[in-house]
Amino acid sequence: MTTSMTRRAFLKSSLAAAGLTIGVSVTPFGPRLLNASEVDSFSPNAFFKITPDNKIAIFVANSEMGQGVLTALSMIIAEELEADWKQLRVRQAPAGDEYKNPLLGAQVVGGSTSVRGFYEPMRKAGAAGRAVLIKAAAETWKVPEDECKAFNCAVKHAKSGRTLTYGQLCLKAAKLQIPQEPPLKNEKDFRYIGKSMPRVDLPEKVSGKAVFGLDMALKDLHYAVIARPPAFGAKPLSYDEKRAEQIKGVQKVLSVPMGIAVCAKSTSAALKGRDALKVKWDKGVFPDLDNDYLEKSLMEDLNKPGKSVVNTGEANKAIREANKKIEATYYAPYVAHATMEPMNCTAYVGNDRCEVWAPTQAQTDAREAASKVSGLPKEKVNVYTTSMGCGLGRRLTPDFVSEAVTISKAVGKPVKVMWTREEDIKYDVFRAPCSHRIEAGLDAQGQLVGWSHKLVSPSIGGVKDGIDFFCLWGLADAPDSPMWNNRIQYEIPNLSIEFLISSLPPPVSFWRSVQNGPNAFVIESFVDELAHAAGKDPLEFRLQSLKNNMRARRVLETVAEKAGWGKAIPKGEGRGIAQHACFGTWTAQVAEISVDKKDGAIKVHRIVAAVDCGPVVNPDPLIAQIEGGIIISLSTALKEEVKFANGGVKSSNFNDYKILKMSETPEIEVHIVKSTEKMGGIGEVGVPAATPAVANAFFNATGVRIRRIPLTPKIVMDALKKV
Amino acid sequence: MISLHVNGKVYQVDVSNDTPLLWVLRDALNLKGTKYSCGIGECGSCTVHIDGKAVRSCTISVGEVQRKKIITIEGLPENHPVKQAWIKEQVPQCGYCQPGVIMQVAALLSQKAPLNADQVIAKMDDVICRCGTYPRIKKGIETAIQMTKREVKKS
Repeated sequence: MTTSMTRRAFLKSSLAAAGLTIGVSVTPFGPRLLNASEVDSFSPNAFFKITPDNKIAIFVANSEMGQGVLTALSMIIAEELEADWKQLRVRQAPAGDEYKNPLLGAQVVGGSTSVRGFYEPMRKAGAAGRAVLIKAAAETWKVPEDECKAFNCAVKHAKSGRTLTYGQLCLKAAKLQIPQEPPLKNEKDFRYIGKSMPRVDLPEKVSGKAVFGLDMALKDLHYAVIARPPAFGAKPLSYDEKRAEQIKGVQKVLSVPMGIAVCAKSTSAALKGRDALKVKWDKGVFPDLDNDYLEKSLMEDLNKPGKSVVNTGEANKAIREANKKIEATYYAPYVAHATMEPMNCTAYVGNDRCEVWAPTQAQTDAREAASKVSGLPKEKVNVYTTSMGCGLGRRLTPDFVSEAVTISKAVGKPVKVMWTREEDIKYDVFRAPCSHRIEAGLDAQGQLVGWSHKLVSPSIGGVKDGIDFFCLWGLADAPDSPMWNNRIQYEIPNLSIEFLISSLPPPVSFWRSVQNGPNAFVIESFVDELAHAAGKDPLEFRLQSLKNNMRARRVLETVAEKAGWGKAIPKGEGRGIAQHACFGTWTAQVAEISVDKKDGAIKVHRIVAAVDCGPVVNPDPLIAQIEGGIIISLSTALKEEVKFANGGVKSSNFNDYKILKMSETPEIEVHIVKSTEKMGGIGEVGVPAATPAVANAFFNATGVRIRRIPLTPKIVMDALKKV
Repeated sequence: MISLHVNGKVYQVDVSNDTPLLWVLRDALNLKGTKYSCGIGECGSCTVHIDGKAVRSCTISVGEVQRKKIITIEGLPENHPVKQAWIKEQVPQCGYCQPGVIMQVAALLSQKAPLNADQVIAKMDDVICRCGTYPRIKKGIETAIQMTKREVKKS
């Protein structure tokens, strides 16, 4: 990674050695399998190469962010190829226009789509490899193909006791035509898929050798940091360029669209140079902006008319005529990504090419951004994906790529732009805040008869006819959504959902599970309110409103059984339950907490989770993803809220933007429900249910409902005092 | 010129005394396993050993560590029980904070009076992992302690 290499050169060098190469390119018409010359010209989503030394190199285009995608996709290929796991070498492939995720139409890792998007294509690619290797062996021995069997990188002919390794067969197999519909293995014969395989990227991550974005080293690299406006829209009034340039190691000070950049021979010199600038800024476009203003604005917008998103039956009439009417408003604040590796990018803009090394989740967008800023056509822009310190959706926005390309173009040298932690938090594209008002009606039997919901939120992206489904996920989803089923699961005969976009200055974007997170907090807290209003057990009430939703019922029943739902709990403790479906996966969680009524501190003791995501490829990293999803969710439930003041972001670092720590992490049990349903996503699905499970456990412990996260000691004490 | 003793080698670097050790390790010595994340000693991603103790390299200057023995993640042997335990328990997710976490655990396990797993875990609250690997870090600590005990027995 330390030498610059064009994508073509990368492919050429990867393909140069003799051997069998098979690629898979996912098209709108399904996967297409490619031979070596086609891989060279098309660059596929993934390809593998078998060489005479009996080694297999696998190249995967999806970004590894810790979710284990390199391993999972390699397992699928290895399974069908009948490869020996020890003979595999897995590498991250560079960006090309053709590396597109079939579910998203771009090379991007988001929406928990990687494994479910590539499962079929990868199986076919591996199976095609096995088919031509068997054919090559059968032709060599002049025996029927069905007498030959592939296993562990070798083909065996049992009758004659002969064996040839894949290494011995690969040159002959490379000359054969690749079948487009090779026979797939019977799933009961799987030996990798469904078994926990160690992650292929972990040895480098433990030894310290993995190359993250910030670790890029290039000859004559310029280290750049940017002085950025402290308030939204603020412009520099003055700065001391000369003083900065006098700092040892500082090479250049330049004005860029996002502020004032300082380039230096080292990071520390760049940081010192930036301090020396002593920039004075004006007050920006909204000097009075603070948290109170933002929250008040979102709550007041609930009184304005919204755009109808769902209107089934007659919700208002059903609620009016209901035996019992329940109404509540909820709020969830801005939350930061705070990925462990701050935003950064390395770029080099030469006369006729632009090279970008980025910890990005969205290669297609990164390439487009680099093309736009450099003025070079996309074919002359190469994006190389580095290891990345968390993704969480932050790395879908290519702002850091544009900056590096801008500065490199200006100085004509390779440039690495680094954001400090303070910049990473202050210039984040946050998880969107939202306000909700819900009314619902129950009949005399405590059955849910009507639900009327209004949601206000800044737009995340993709507004169509006044509706942004990303803001609505968990409540309502677009009819043609590739994510599947990010909608409310309850069977509600009369349902109305309205949406209103709120225009507020802080930028927002995708954050792990997108708005499934805050929306699940609201929906599942409110369903808990309904259960209590109906005088029913929260589990029983949910099950009665999910009569025909077998996957939701199954995760609820599983989690209830495993957590001992209904059993006595020590005094002062509380137990809460929540379910949520998103990205094609169904989840339920139970939280056990206690509340210190003297200082308002909530201690989460235990989270039990049940997950139905269909077939599982690699169970251990899958469980790790759910654990991580739960922990980040608890962090937002108990601690996280971005602070704004004086027209800008006040939060700055981990000392004032606190996230969950080890001692605050509960015991976590994850139960994967055996399922043959369609494969769902995993990376984000642990997030939504944990927050409402805790909020519901808080109600169970105290009898007090808090309709706003985070449940900080102050908010808890205020709520307890009110009663 | 500043003289630094890192991973058993002596380096001469041309930086001012007040430069944080972190940037000298990363930019001047190209030892990039030590990570930057907060710069104020709040997260632990930049932890190294100085004379055997876990220290945040982002908030200590090179001037303060001259003539002291510095060990980075690259200098911790690959067969070190903590590194082995981290693979066995599949601890990392993105892996960015883990070199620092590993160095902190390794320093705690090398104390003269051996700590048990709960005592080590209790000293890990100044470490931040955004992926949420805390349950795996706990397992890793337990396994590393068992591996250390076995090594002691063998020798």
